[in-house]
Amino acid sequence: MSRTPLDTVEHAAETPDVELPWAELGLKKDEYERVVEILGRRPTGAELAMYSVMWSEHCSYKSSKVHLRQFGEKAPQSDALLVGIGENAGVVDVGQGYAVTFKVESHNHPSYVEPYQGAATGVGGIVRDIIAMGARPVAVVDPLRFGAADHPDTKRVLPGVVAGIGGYGNCLGLPNIGGEVVFDACYQGNPLVNAGAIGVMRHEDIHLAKASGSGNKVILYGARTGGDGIGGASILASETFDDAKPSKRPAVQVGDPFQEKLLIECTLEAFAEKLVVGIQDLGAAGLSCATSELASNGSGGMRVTLDDVPLRDSTLSPEEILMSESQERMCAVVEPEKVDRFLEICDKWDVIATVIGEVTDGDRLEIYWHGGKIVDVDPRTVAHDGPVYERPYARPEWQDALQADDANKLARPATSEELKDQVLQLVSSPNQASKSWITSQYDHFVQGNTVLAQPEDSGMIRIDEESGLGVAIATDGNGRYTKLDPYHGAQLALAEAYRNVATTGAKPLAVSDCLNFGSPEDPAVMWQFAEAIRGLADGCLQLGTPVTGGNVSLYNQTGEVAIHPTPVVAVLGVIDDVARRTPVAFKEEGQLLYLLGDTREEFGGSAWSQVVHDHLGGLPPQVDLERERLLAEILISASRDGMIDAAHDLSDGGLIQAVVESALLGGKGARLVVPDGLDAFTFLFSESAGRAIVAIPRSEELRFNDMCGARGLPVTRIGVVDGDEVEVQGEFTLPLTELRTAHEGTIPALLA
Amino acid sequence: MTARIGVVTFPGSLDDRDTQRAIKLAGAEPVALWHKDKDLKQVDAVVLPGGFSYGDYLRAGAISRFSPVMETVIEQAKSGMPVLGICNGFQILTEAHLLPGGMLGNDHLHFICRDQKLRVENAETSWTADYESGQEIHIPLKNMDGRYVADEHTLDMLEAEGRVAFRYVDFNPNGSLRDIAGITNEAGNVVGLMPHPEHAVEPLIGSGRTDGLPFFTSILKKLVNA
Repeated sequence: MSRTPLDTVEHAAETPDVELPWAELGLKKDEYERVVEILGRRPTGAELAMYSVMWSEHCSYKSSKVHLRQFGEKAPQSDALLVGIGENAGVVDVGQGYAVTFKVESHNHPSYVEPYQGAATGVGGIVRDIIAMGARPVAVVDPLRFGAADHPDTKRVLPGVVAGIGGYGNCLGLPNIGGEVVFDACYQGNPLVNAGAIGVMRHEDIHLAKASGSGNKVILYGARTGGDGIGGASILASETFDDAKPSKRPAVQVGDPFQEKLLIECTLEAFAEKLVVGIQDLGAAGLSCATSELASNGSGGMRVTLDDVPLRDSTLSPEEILMSESQERMCAVVEPEKVDRFLEICDKWDVIATVIGEVTDGDRLEIYWHGGKIVDVDPRTVAHDGPVYERPYARPEWQDALQADDANKLARPATSEELKDQVLQLVSSPNQASKSWITSQYDHFVQGNTVLAQPEDSGMIRIDEESGLGVAIATDGNGRYTKLDPYHGAQLALAEAYRNVATTGAKPLAVSDCLNFGSPEDPAVMWQFAEAIRGLADGCLQLGTPVTGGNVSLYNQTGEVAIHPTPVVAVLGVIDDVARRTPVAFKEEGQLLYLLGDTREEFGGSAWSQVVHDHLGGLPPQVDLERERLLAEILISASRDGMIDAAHDLSDGGLIQAVVESALLGGKGARLVVPDGLDAFTFLFSESAGRAIVAIPRSEELRFNDMCGARGLPVTRIGVVDGDEVEVQGEFTLPLTELRTAHEGTIPALLA
Repeated sequence: MTARIGVVTFPGSLDDRDTQRAIKLAGAEPVALWHKDKDLKQVDAVVLPGGFSYGDYLRAGAISRFSPVMETVIEQAKSGMPVLGICNGFQILTEAHLLPGGMLGNDHLHFICRDQKLRVENAETSWTADYESGQEIHIPLKNMDGRYVADEHTLDMLEAEGRVAFRYVDFNPNGSLRDIAGITNEAGNVVGLMPHPEHAVEPLIGSGRTDGLPFFTSILKKLVNA
């Protein structure tokens, strides 16, 4: 058996004419030429592997970068931001010396191919980002989108995704406190599996991904490296890579939550003993990413001996080792005198840890294999100087027709009987129905700090047992609104998440986002993307909530058909004392129900238009961010001063959806009166933004009204908590038992 | 004086800190124990907490049962030291044969997390004396492998001897035989159950109930009065 000579840097310099499989690795011709120009010679196979994965859309953000810059340029002044965009996750000051890090990421494509492992490793990846900042992960959230609820493939994808999230997150001991589940035919071939996580640390414990200090050791720890998850495995099949090697395995990684749990504990123990100078998790692009990012963010260079990487499969080539995305691995930079103690802690937790290199004086990243130097690059050129594209974008020609197809002109219920039927139809539709069949597969009790979890408006976690300090998180996105108007659709997602946090009594502080779109090579998609980012950046500026980081997922399309543009926005908030939180459920009979905000005839993109008419057209609800801010201030003050006992934001499905949810959760009915100036249909189904309902003890009515009056927020008394039915006076009465069957029966009937 | 109650951390234990908090809230002193260490640090009682020790690989509790710490726990339990196994801890106790029977996967094949209604069937064990016999309580439940099984003879014996400590009420969440949620050994010092009393100790957190606190006050009273 003959062996091709090792493709060292020296060999590459001597053999300039060797053809490398850059196209199969996903690089464009000009991108490859740029690599050659940077190096002043052809790259080695290992260098090509690194550049190709790091310059991929996923790692380099080459199509989105020019737009994402707005999040920095338009960032609002915020004292809360401790670490911004660019690190593993943003970090926010929540007071009392605590810092909170949070982020949302996508694992869309793998979850369609292999739902269980795709979703599981999505949780694993985001949790490692949180640990890498120095924080203990305290909760996860999962915004999910699937194809039509009754499509046969949804029954394959959804249960697998849910079991994967549960299987991984439950085993890590992280409460799952929020998220969304949305069904729409547009996600049929492209389910969106987004995963968010929150971590908590003290200010002084913040860690960054950088390798500084010449002589410091680079330690790889966690799972062994295998042939799983090599980005687009087949692209490696070439003359330099042997066909029979394990890199042909499916590109979806396989998760081991037990290993990750050990990784969390041993990393936190090492942090606690101040043993770590810099740290990076291994996610997309594996060691290529970790070494180049650590080196380029630090002050020196780095030398790595790839032979020292513990392998699961001894036949892996150096290129494969560099590209492997095996899960549950981290890379730490540790001062030489602290290495022994670091290794001791890893040993205590039965975690494999190996010194694979060290920080050097120079500014080069050098990687050795079998004694030969196979990588010699300026790490910045790999990690940060990737290509940047100004993709063409254009408002699609169908946008006008879509917006002209006004949902406000759809046939409305003509009789009270029809109105009642449509209420039942709405609350039992898959999107509006109870998701407890799904959320009951997630542990929301573990760690013993969960104050609120789904189906509450936001998840809330206590972070200090003495003071009661807590944080809240909500994630929202509405692809239908965003399709109708990407700029305002993105702002509506932001407004809803912001409102959801405030409804529970927490003050919104910062934003993370997961931007799910179709192909950037389609100018119409690129326009949606550009508009959505512009809307989000403008919105964050106005609300004073900076974007701290996030993730872009492109190419979510099947053939020519893209998903609805779906920016998912996560808002993080803080509450001084979780005892003041406001839940959704109606608990006390006799309490007064008030509607806050203005209700207009707004049905474009609404749940009603989808459920009753299978329609998408017109314009989404108006956005008024100043109103959102005022509403939030009122909700937070009312919670702090003990004026309200329950509150629920109004969004998809409108007021009746919110009332039914609050009534079912508390087991108490409501009697509603249609306010003057509104018809019953608009009152119940409109999706006007900037609204919430609250339940107020009679003793607080005057004080609450005075506060809203003084600050100029319109409030309308709409009824009272009472009995065991939901009654809309003069229209219909629905017993809670009937509503419960309708609302809770749908999802199990479809999926169980 | 107070009592020292040990909580063992196995690799993959998840509710160890929560259990320590519950012990503290009840007024006892929690002591962290490590799975590789045979030394029980002179604790008066031990809790094996919930979680996925060793990832539940092979079979829930099957590997942890052989941890060094378990050698001492088994020995001391046999000579009367109170031991409580919660969820994964219950699984470990059956694997260690301190309690009869075993746990299989839930009959519906899904993980299940809910606030579960239980009936206290035996209020005379070391861990249940602060309840009334027949009292109905709500305790969070969260597991993948929670279906209690044993042969008919063992089930009959458990019932005849009053060793069924807790039963599921209104809804059997996992297909456990005879609705059994928890059992005790003959002496009443070793108790195992699938639901998580440590998640029901504060009015604001988790299920928002405190129905689980009597587990920890029961043992404290027993130890302090002993």
